[in-house]
Amino acid sequence: MKARPPTFTKFREVQAELDRSGAALFRDADGVESLVIRYPYSIQYIHSYAEDTPFFLGLAEGRLRGSKCRRVKCGFVYATPRGHCMVCGSPTEWVDLPDHGRLHSWTTCHFGSEAFLKETPYNLGLVEFSGVGSLLLVRLKDAVESDLFVGMPVEARFSPNPTYSITDVWFVPSR
Amino acid sequence: MPARSKARAMARPRRRPTAPARVATPPSKGRRVFMVTGGVTKFAKAHPAMDFRLMVKRAYDYALKGIPNLSADRIDGSRISYFSDHFARQLKAASMVQDYLGLNPKGSVRIEWGGATGGECFQAAYEAVASGRMDVCLAAGFETMSRVATWKGNEFIALASDTNFDFPLGGFYTGYYALMVVRHIYEYLRLRKFADVKDEREAQRLAIAEGSRIMSLVSVKNHVNALHNPYAQYPKRLTVEDVLRSEMISYPLTREQICTMSDGAAVAVLCDAERAKEFTDRPVRIIGVGTGTDTMRLADRPFGKVPLLPHERSRDYEDLPYPGVHSFRAGRAAGIEAYRHAGITNPIRELDFLELHDAYASSEIQTYEDLGLCRYGEGYSFVERGDPFLKGIDYGFPVPRAGKIPVNPSGGLIACGHPVGATGLMQGVFAFWQLQETIGKHFGDPTLQLSKPKRGAIHSHAGTGSSVTVSILERGFP
Ligand SMILES: [Zn+2]
Repeated sequence: MKARPPTFTKFREVQAELDRSGAALFRDADGVESLVIRYPYSIQYIHSYAEDTPFFLGLAEGRLRGSKCRRVKCGFVYATPRGHCMVCGSPTEWVDLPDHGRLHSWTTCHFGSEAFLKETPYNLGLVEFSGVGSLLLVRLKDAVESDLFVGMPVEARFSPNPTYSITDVWFVPSR
Repeated sequence: MPARSKARAMARPRRRPTAPARVATPPSKGRRVFMVTGGVTKFAKAHPAMDFRLMVKRAYDYALKGIPNLSADRIDGSRISYFSDHFARQLKAASMVQDYLGLNPKGSVRIEWGGATGGECFQAAYEAVASGRMDVCLAAGFETMSRVATWKGNEFIALASDTNFDFPLGGFYTGYYALMVVRHIYEYLRLRKFADVKDEREAQRLAIAEGSRIMSLVSVKNHVNALHNPYAQYPKRLTVEDVLRSEMISYPLTREQICTMSDGAAVAVLCDAERAKEFTDRPVRIIGVGTGTDTMRLADRPFGKVPLLPHERSRDYEDLPYPGVHSFRAGRAAGIEAYRHAGITNPIRELDFLELHDAYASSEIQTYEDLGLCRYGEGYSFVERGDPFLKGIDYGFPVPRAGKIPVNPSGGLIACGHPVGATGLMQGVFAFWQLQETIGKHFGDPTLQLSKPKRGAIHSHAGTGSSVTVSILERGFP
């Protein structure tokens, strides 16, 4: 290591230098110098889907499952499953969701967070199902920005190679 | 267990349900609380020469400098806020701030509540004083978001969405807000202004184009206001076309309609009435606090009835499924609580300005409605009429009713930046200076100073609207 890493007056250049050598000096408009270093951080989490497990196993089998409140007087049906009912607090049971729905809202993302930048542009949609009280957030495929509209009929597709993620299901425009 | 809890429920004396009484006097929330000083660092993309401790110290020294007989030994303790341990990569960073300011061994608590972290910190300090636990409490907040690249920063922020169901789809807050505004536009422009257009796609495209144009007016307002605020990160003169032509981030939201990540810090000093008198002849009283919450996942938002503000009627919203994904029920709940506490029955008449959490131009418009500045569905026409604009500023287009109720006179998050843990406190400081009528002194430019404002609100908002705070500040001197 050199005694002093190279000095830059643009922070962008500092970032580029970090990618090259791991250290740089930034000099600001007042002449104050700050030593900046690269400081990596990575971690593998041991993540359990816990009570949401049957949903993700369902996707791998090509089934879309929601949850229904077991209390007869309530009976609220959730498209995004949850172990207990938000309305009355009772436990829920698993129910199959229709594989056809309609777009409640949608967008096309031209950017994303770092993990998803390479997938841009991609579409997100909130899908509503008849007889179901809440929505499901999904990726929309086989459609571009100009195809999409609120109310559009859509249907589910499942990955033949499941990764046990919400991305194992996506929706496409109904034919 | 169920049997036992049943028995306990049975043993409880039965109270006859009574109708909620009409509130004549606002509910007490403890002792009267005043803000006596504040400080803000200039928000910037990066402050490599200052770590978070030094940023807070600068804002703190600025605040204390304003009051000769307020020194560290008069401060009973602190509430310190920052949003993300990922950005700081330093757990207990709030302890390091307490330490650097020399406030040990006084009491302190770290506050975190997503995007509303700063607003929540302000209210935590309020509670420390109102409860009598402290006479003088420091609220300090910061965020250092430049420590990671922008798209990694977006990922950290998106981890504040459900990591089983939402994050893996794209992990992107602008995407979530785009979903919300597409529906907002559908409810209020497609189904109303463009109700006569037969072709569904055509009608929705026209409505989105109209919504985008009006959102751009908000972006222009906030950027132009910030030209007179030396603390702002992105002051600039823009046209509606500039905003619409800036990069598309998530349809229909463009770069200029979205706030950016920042480094920054802000502090506020709150105290009881006796101390306030001693510290300043221009105190500002906090007369109302409110918070609200909603489901973490957008997909779980209910389709129910609108909780009404005192000046609204249920017939205003007969066929409106609420909140769905078009409105923020948490913001409405926070507003209801804060207005009730402050005794406000019609916010547009009783507030003089708002510093509101405009992370997106869309959410500024949605929030006008949540906070009752206009009815649900009137947000777009509220902008077009010019109500939230400042009088006497040239925005490059006509603003007929400018000055009716200025929103984000400082430039808001869109133009000032959004160092999350500091943002809500920054709003508190700007509102405080407005009410003190000291904007000219602190900004070195009196343009943004409103004429004798009596009351203002600050609004801090988290997640996809999963938690929101509203605080009402009032001039506390003749
Ligand atoms: Zn239920």
